[in-house]
Amino acid sequence: MEHLTFELVGHRAPPNFDAVLVGVVGSGNLEVLMERSTDPAHCTFSIHTSARGFGPIWEAVVQNFQAQHSLAGVAVSINDMGATPAVVSLRLDQAAASLPGGEAA
Amino acid sequence: MNAPLSFAELSARQRVQHLLDAGTFTEILGPAQRVVSPHLALLGVPYAFDDGVVIGSGMLQGQPVLIAAQEGEFMGGGVGEVHGAKLVGLLRRALLVRPAAVLVCAESGGVRLHEANAGLIAVSEVMRALLDVRAAGIPVVMLIGGANGCFGGMGLIARCADHVVMSDQARMSMSGPEVIESSHGVEEFDSRDRALVWRTTGGKHRFLMGDCDRLVEDDVAAFRQAAAALLGVSRALTLDGLLAEHQLLTQRIARFEGCSDAVDVWSRMGLEHPEQVTDMEAAQMQSLRNEHVQEAV
Repeated sequence: MEHLTFELVGHRAPPNFDAVLVGVVGSGNLEVLMERSTDPAHCTFSIHTSARGFGPIWEAVVQNFQAQHSLAGVAVSINDMGATPAVVSLRLDQAAASLPGGEAA
Repeated sequence: MNAPLSFAELSARQRVQHLLDAGTFTEILGPAQRVVSPHLALLGVPYAFDDGVVIGSGMLQGQPVLIAAQEGEFMGGGVGEVHGAKLVGLLRRALLVRPAAVLVCAESGGVRLHEANAGLIAVSEVMRALLDVRAAGIPVVMLIGGANGCFGGMGLIARCADHVVMSDQARMSMSGPEVIESSHGVEEFDSRDRALVWRTTGGKHRFLMGDCDRLVEDDVAAFRQAAAALLGVSRALTLDGLLAEHQLLTQRIARFEGCSDAVDVWSRMGLEHPEQVTDMEAAQMQSLRNEHVQEAV
């Protein structure tokens, strides 16, 4: 297990929202929980992953996500069981789409 | 009519959403509360925020129900300490709020072996809590339709309930195929013979044996309809009923002794074309059962 944290600057703070959960902690899959945070200028990521040594790849994936969504005031928590970067990006997009103002809202 | 939505393909959360009346589900101990397994992190295994089970309350056709759904993708739906405690808590809550039924979407390999004794104790606590709910006259309905089936301790729990609803592709048993093969040898049960495994542990066989009360297609709307029909319908929990069931099981051993495949059992039950059972629709199965099954009290 490895615990990784990232804090990225963002500008789009969704209005008040209930926690959003997508995905399942299954083999090659992950769950993504998005909650409101008290930091209005950043989006934070807290990642527990079963695969050790992939920090730089996680960093690239969350930076890519933030480049597209620029979330602020959101705390993202992830439990990962060896998902590939593509699956991680998909789940992050899915969760962001479920936030108020997201495409699925 | 909408196209059928496969129950097996849905996650636990999606099953709850689709089974209940739209927008009525209120989760208890949701993922944001992070009541997670205290054991998995110590073993270096990722935990899930809901410990693999969704519990809460909602409405089914306008009637209040409590519902639980196990997530088969997380550790095979294994019952750990927290997972089991959530099931127990939900069942105890039923005694307070007296819903029209407690629905359990069971999908589990049984005890989560990582948590060993804590998981075993959890299973026995769930059984006790379930029987308390039945004794209070509130029906407990098992809905089994996930790809992982319902095995081990969870299979025992399922058979403690008032009603078991299964799909054709669902499976229910005590020991799983791999367990039987490793303890008794491949001659006893070839766990890699998928057709054999499904014939012997699958919904159709369970339905013909009377271990499952309703057989439905793999369609969430069919599960919803079956659950709705069982609201408020409880089965008396009596010593006489239990003795009758034990007698039925004893007769079963004598009646089907020497059968090595479910097809042999169906043949001995008197089915004219036992080899056709695997291709039948759920509706056809009902008339077969009406002709051939002895009902327990």
